[in-house]
Amino acid sequence: MIEARNINKTFGEHHVLKDVSCVFDKGKTNLIIGQSGSGKTVLMKCLVGLFEIDSGMVIYDDRNFSTMNFNQRKTLRQEIGMLFQGGALFDSMNVEQNVMFPLNMFTAQSLQEKLDRVNFVLNRVNLDNVSHLMPSELSGGMRKRVAIARAIAMNPQYLFCDEPNSGLDPHTSGVIDHLIREITEEYGITTIVNTHDMNSVLSIGDSVAFIFEGKLWWKGDKETILHSDNPELNDFVFGTELTSRLKR
Amino acid sequence: MPKIFTTIGLYVLLMQKVFSRPQKGRIFWHQLMDEINSLGLESLGIVAFISAFMGAVVAIQTAYNISSPLIPMSMVGFTVRQSVILEFSPTVISLILAGKVGSRIASEIGTMRVTEQIDALEIMGVNSANYLIFPKIVASVLINPVLIVFSMWMGILGGWLAMVASGLVSTNDFVSGIRIDFQGYTIFYAITKTIFFAYIISSISGFYGYITNGGALEVGQASTKAVVFSSVTIILFNLVLTQLLLT
Repeated sequence: MIEARNINKTFGEHHVLKDVSCVFDKGKTNLIIGQSGSGKTVLMKCLVGLFEIDSGMVIYDDRNFSTMNFNQRKTLRQEIGMLFQGGALFDSMNVEQNVMFPLNMFTAQSLQEKLDRVNFVLNRVNLDNVSHLMPSELSGGMRKRVAIARAIAMNPQYLFCDEPNSGLDPHTSGVIDHLIREITEEYGITTIVNTHDMNSVLSIGDSVAFIFEGKLWWKGDKETILHSDNPELNDFVFGTELTSRLKR
Repeated sequence: MPKIFTTIGLYVLLMQKVFSRPQKGRIFWHQLMDEINSLGLESLGIVAFISAFMGAVVAIQTAYNISSPLIPMSMVGFTVRQSVILEFSPTVISLILAGKVGSRIASEIGTMRVTEQIDALEIMGVNSANYLIFPKIVASVLINPVLIVFSMWMGILGGWLAMVASGLVSTNDFVSGIRIDFQGYTIFYAITKTIFFAYIISSISGFYGYITNGGALEVGQASTKAVVFSSVTIILFNLVLTQLLLT
């Protein structure tokens, strides 16, 4: 479980996160949704420590991340996997080297053990015969799957996904969504997904937090989100032609 | 507070992160070898080309400016040697490397920053500054002196070839000029300057790449800043080091 308690974050004069408190449950796909610029990416980066929070606390299973020193954070981060918007694969390494990177850095496994693990996680994300391809040779969906494989290579307890569907067609988006959900349930990890894709919300949203103008505006799940009477949430959810038809 | 002080403060803070023990010695060794190859050995061609032609130009200009019969033609060899060892190889070649290597380092690290590859390293628990910049600094400090010694050799060779080809100075005169009053300390001076300049190029370029924020435009700007500030710092330190080491 990850808990955000009264998080505030400002950039200069701009108060981006305003006293955000939220609990993200273990074994569930927890979604953070909101319009572009609402603060959801900032919230995720605060949770993983890429941005330092101005006030508040981030707690990972009773461990206060906000007060940890560099080495303590380094240790905790080995339990964290993150899928970035563009995949963030290392350009200079092929697929196998990318996935093996955290194993090389943090384990004392033999080469064969590491290769077995790499093949296992690549197989888990349904990728075969791509080990020696460079990131530039992969499609958008394949890059995302390699990034997921790298994120789960170390058996993380916490998985963060920043807009995993951006730039993908609806079918590939669905494949990535279901992969994230399957992995979450299979390994019992705490997963937080940052998205503004309503298809994702309706298919994998075990828990949904709506961020509006830097505040936690609404919290529910994929069932209750369609029946909310919150006007800002309804503007967001039914803002497209497809979802407005759903409402009618 | 003037922006320059903020920038210097950020640079010092980054260097504190850079100069720490690498997390895995074997990985650091592989990175070091790669960087020595990409930052040093891949620069051999341009260093050889520029050094040979500059040595030739210095020799020709000196030969044409010796009009008095009281000045022996061996002075051409002497002048080429002194110019190349004292100033041309360590400083001018370092400025060339600031352009070639500095822009490469800044754009490589800057691109990693804007494509979130540095964030990915941080999330994994890797000290990204140490992982990305430290091998480049060590590689530059190790390989640049080798490049500069090679440049000295090529510069003198270029000067000799120009004199032999033009018939202005004989090989005997040129070689005896090279040998006149040679002091090994000049090589020490040149290598010391080179080591300082290598650190300046790699650390400043790494810094500007690392603090890049934005997209492709900002990566280009970071690359330009890296070259400009490395070059300016080299020129300033050239004066300081010359004053310290030669007086």
